[in-house]
Amino acid sequence: MKKALDEGKLILIAIPVLIWTLLPIYHLFVLSISSQEAMLAGTLWPAKPTLQNFQIVFQQQHYYLTNFWRQMFNSFFIAISTGLLTLFIATFAAFAISRLKVRGGRTIMNLALATYLIPAAFLAIPMYKAMGSYGLLNTQAALILAMVALASPYAIWVLKQASDKLPKELDEAAIMDGATSLQLFRLVYLPLMKPSMVVIGIYALLLAWNEYLYAFLLLSNEKAVPLAVGLGLFLSADDAPWNLLMAAGLLYAIPPAVIYYGFRKNMVGGLTAGAVKS
Amino acid sequence: MAAPVAVPSDAVSGHTRDRALWGTIMLAPYVLVFAVMVVYPVAYGLWLGLNWNSYRALFADPIFIRTVINTILFLFIAVNLKFLIALWLSGFFVAQRAWVRIVLVIFILPWAVPSIPTILSFRVMLNPENGMINQQLFHLFGIVEGPGWLTDPTLAFASSIMVHIWKSLPFWTLILITGRFAIAQDLYEAASVDGANKWQQFKFITWPSLATLYVTSTMLSMIWTLGDFNSVYLLTGGGPGDLNHVLSTLGIRYMRNNNLDLGIASIIVAMPLILPMVYFMVKRLSKGAE
Repeated sequence: MKKALDEGKLILIAIPVLIWTLLPIYHLFVLSISSQEAMLAGTLWPAKPTLQNFQIVFQQQHYYLTNFWRQMFNSFFIAISTGLLTLFIATFAAFAISRLKVRGGRTIMNLALATYLIPAAFLAIPMYKAMGSYGLLNTQAALILAMVALASPYAIWVLKQASDKLPKELDEAAIMDGATSLQLFRLVYLPLMKPSMVVIGIYALLLAWNEYLYAFLLLSNEKAVPLAVGLGLFLSADDAPWNLLMAAGLLYAIPPAVIYYGFRKNMVGGLTAGAVKS
Repeated sequence: MAAPVAVPSDAVSGHTRDRALWGTIMLAPYVLVFAVMVVYPVAYGLWLGLNWNSYRALFADPIFIRTVINTILFLFIAVNLKFLIALWLSGFFVAQRAWVRIVLVIFILPWAVPSIPTILSFRVMLNPENGMINQQLFHLFGIVEGPGWLTDPTLAFASSIMVHIWKSLPFWTLILITGRFAIAQDLYEAASVDGANKWQQFKFITWPSLATLYVTSTMLSMIWTLGDFNSVYLLTGGGPGDLNHVLSTLGIRYMRNNNLDLGIASIIVAMPLILPMVYFMVKRLSKGAE
């Protein structure tokens, strides 16, 4: 009896939680399969669901969508570059700090973490100015570098935590055998760090894929912008074709959701465990 | 006799040199990125911020004071509301049921998907004329003129807070769930044997164990909320009539209008809000590191 009562209470919480979470995502989906008239009627389900919006998006048959595939490719390019570059920089740094114990390494890591104590939209303004003086404004390199700078401190920190857990004896044995630091890195460290590196690479990739503000500030050429900025252009329309936007938006939201759920166990564990420890 | 001792010590000192060299080389890429992308821009921004005329212009802008008030309200309402809900939901999600775990997987979705399609979905849904919410209020309850979710200044502000919470609630709930899982279960068993009710268990076991995490997370979330541009910009654009800007959208707006000095000034005036939080965080974190 008490068991059933407990279960009932849990269900009473679960229902509003699910509605709250899913409503805007459901709405996104419904609009993406609605005709213009059905969209304006605001129904819970369109009378005649249609895939025509997707067809228009795929064939780039609308003024706002003329660069859809190009922008989708840009999103992939920027996200993958950010993921790889962050991984490269952070793995090296974590190895230097945790295994080679380079002097000042810990201080640099702590200073790096201070990046997160600057609100993102605030950092964007001086960063925009700096990009101007580097002559990188309106290049994808600017956005990739910005994303790497934002992803790296946390990446280094998580990788360092994981690296600290590897037994010291491994390094000692390798050194006794005459291994150089580089061999230690390649033969001992990299193979053992692979699982954490996967999580961090994906973290940086998703961060860059989902970013809107920095992309919107640092890039303006319609052919160079990622899809997020391309979709943001709809905001300037008085009478935006929202159903087309939602179809394109759904296509844009699917890759991160798939990647995220594919690696869900590692992501949630890896990312939140780190946060709690601090 | 000396030879066998000398060889390993040579190897070790050789290794130490090798290590210092490679350590420096391997740390260099990050140091470079950090210097170029964070240190220089921030220093340059602070230097630009020494221009007093821009503060005079800032205070002369009629929407500025309103923006400051909005920012403070946004911060306190959004963060506190989000954490109270997260604290409460974390209690729900630690229930040991397979189906609750499935609900959790769905609940994380807003965190995993990008802002632009979801916040724009809210924007269409909340449209006072043909948005799904008001259309449904009409179909179901005959309400001809539903609330002006995005046209009434107060409701538009509340809607941005709601969108912000929708997006960031999952992450902080997960953090508090992890915190709750770290509490020893036998404490609860002992307490329930002693006849403690749910509220007493929360008050004497859960809260004392979670308090530090809760406060630290709240501070960090305040800093990140201050940097949230999307929830306001994508939903209302700071409207209606520029009444709902927060400092982050105002700063970017100045910048987009080629008024970088005002953009810098508008974020520097937030220092009194940020510095106490940063001080607190640094103190907390350095304490945790010991």
